Formats: sequence, structure tokens, C-alpha cells
Amino acid sequence: MHEISLCQSLIDKVQQIAVTHGALSVGLVTLRIGPLSGVDPLLMQHAYPFAAAGSLAAESKLLIELSPLRVRCEGCCSETEVEPSFLICSVCGSHHTELVSGDEMTLMSVELVTRGEVGHV
Amino acid sequence: MCDTCGCNITPGNLRFAYKPLNGTTAVAVLKNLLARNDDQATHNRYHFDQHRILTINLMSSPGSGKTALLEATIDALHHEYRIGVIEGDLDTENDAMRIRAKGVPAHQIITGSACHLDAHMVHDALHQFPLSGLDILFIENVGNLVCPASFDLGQHRNVVLLSVTEGDDKPSKYPVIFRAADLVLFTKSDLLPVLDDFSPERAEENLRNLASSAPVIQLSARHALGLQPWLDWLRGQLVIQRSQVDQGESIRPRIQHDGAHFPEVSI
Repeated sequence: MHEISLCQSLIDKVQQIAVTHGALSVGLVTLRIGPLSGVDPLLMQHAYPFAAAGSLAAESKLLIELSPLRVRCEGCCSETEVEPSFLICSVCGSHHTELVSGDEMTLMSVELVTRGEVGHV
Repeated sequence: MCDTCGCNITPGNLRFAYKPLNGTTAVAVLKNLLARNDDQATHNRYHFDQHRILTINLMSSPGSGKTALLEATIDALHHEYRIGVIEGDLDTENDAMRIRAKGVPAHQIITGSACHLDAHMVHDALHQFPLSGLDILFIENVGNLVCPASFDLGQHRNVVLLSVTEGDDKPSKYPVIFRAADLVLFTKSDLLPVLDDFSPERAEENLRNLASSAPVIQLSARHALGLQPWLDWLRGQLVIQRSQVDQGESIRPRIQHDGAHFPEVSI
């Protein structure tokens, strides 16, 4: 539902980075998205070209890395992979866990097409 | 600090950090997609703290009784606290009119097609909604169990309502929003005797399976049942918020969507 507005703020940021670096265009944009981020990767892919149109990222590709959902148990200290609706410790069953990864929606990197000279970066 | 993930890059050394390869340059960013919203939310929270206000973000599906809860809360607390309400809906001023009928200032944000409030919408509303003199500000989010959970508004606490007509598996179906709750209210509890498929115990178990320690309160706003624990919780949160503000601090929701598993590089 809100993937379009997320894509628009993503493109704003990418555009800002491209302009700062004097890039000609953007090649690849890499995101990392977790199952508890509230973001649907497929909808994000669909929304991306619409948000990117007219920007330096118009011809860019969006790569989404899915981060695993992992919790650390405060009781037995195990770190385990879990399901979104079941965030308890898979080893001892404790409800007292802390999320280690899985709620990210992070812009990881942007690949810029430059003039190929150090001075322009 | 390491040489692989970008955490060693600072604004000062950024221009030395990347070597162009075949005309392309990779720039590590590590920035939350909602960074702009979160910056605005921090600004909103600063405003609330300046006015020593407790701000509560009410989230739930449509029709679970957020406005009815506010009406009952205003009836119970209007002699004790000065309350303000910001309403979010796709259309109509209906909810704000219901609140104003109780003699409490209310501002309606009409989101058009947007399925959630964001920090910028709330900030715009604050320009038309004087905070001075208020003790508690409620922000009634758009009825939706998905999108509102992702957007920090600058609130101090998240309260999620689950009406007993909705089904006790809602916390399992919508883990993102229920995980973000600092308090969960099972509303319309007067209907429990005629609903044999909603078990409060099962609903709470599904909430605990999200590793949530949020307290749960059962209440019926229409029949004024079980309101006391909710009112006491509000009073307690206001006391905590005020004591934090007096020390130059502020309270924040238990779960922050900040992608804090990565170090941030500012570019």
C-alpha cells in the first residue's frame, strides 16, 4: 500500500547521492528488506520504475536482498531463525527475545555511472 | 569499523573512498528508507516535549472503536486533563466532529488515498493546532493494520486496539503492528458473551508469541466497562513522560523501526 511513497523517498535519496557525486546516471540500487519491515518486496519492485521515471535513476535496476528473521534469546542466549508470527526462542521457547535482524528497510548501496575519472567522484 | 560494509566511511573521507571501475562507482549508503520521515518525527517529538505533552498513537483496523474509546476517555478525564485529538481518515470530518462535540479541540487530517499518517502530515497539522495548554494528545491513525506501523509520527506510545469481533488470531496475522504496541486493548468486550470464537487468552498468547510484553486491557467504551485500568495507564504514562522531560529526556515507543542493525553512513 505505501510502497509507492517509500519508492519516492528512495528515489529522492538516490537522486541526491547521484547529484552529489556528479554521476551521469544510476546503474544499480540495492535495498535490504526484512520480513518485519512492513514492506512488500514485490510491490516495491512494481512501484520502483514509476518513482524512478524522470530521475537520474530512470534506467536503473532495483536489487532487493531479503534479510533473515533472527532473534537472540535473553534466557539461553541462542540466536535462531524464526517466523514473523512466532518470535519466541526456537531452542528454549522463551518469549523474552530480542530481534537481531528482520525489520530492516535499508538502502545499502547505489552504483553510479560516472565519467570514469577519479576527479569526478 | 571494518573495510567491507562501509562503516569506516565518514563525510570527511568520502571522496577518497571510491575508485571508479569501468565508469561506474559503488556508493555504500546504509540509510533507512524512512530516514526523512524519522527526522520529521524526531522534530515533532521535540515539539511535544517542549509542551510537556504525552502523545499517543492509536492504531487498529477500521471500526474497532478508536473514536468511541476517545469519547469515553474524554468523558472520564476532561476535568483532570486538557486533551487534544488529531484524526486521520481518507475522507470526511466525521470523527473530528464527534470529538469536538465533547468540547475538546480536534483537527482532522484528510489523507485522500493515503492509507496511513506520516510525520509530515502530523507536522502540518501542528501548524494549525495549538499545543500550548494540552496534557495529552491523541493521534487517531487511519484504520489499517498494515501501513501505520511503519511510520513514526513522533508519538511517545503506540496503543493498538483489537475488537473482539475481529478474531483472536489478528496478532499472528499482523505481527508488524502488534509487535509495535506498548499497550493492547481488546475492545467491545461487552460482546464477548455472544461471541464464542474469540478467546482473550488465545489472543494474548498470539501477542506473546511476538515476544511482546505489552500489557493487555479488556474494555468496552460504549458500556464503560474496564475503563479504569486504561485511564490509570494513561495517568501513569503522563507522569513518566513529565519526569523524563524534566530531566531533558523523553519517552519513546518500545519498538523503533530504525534499521539499527546497520551502522549509518551520512552522505
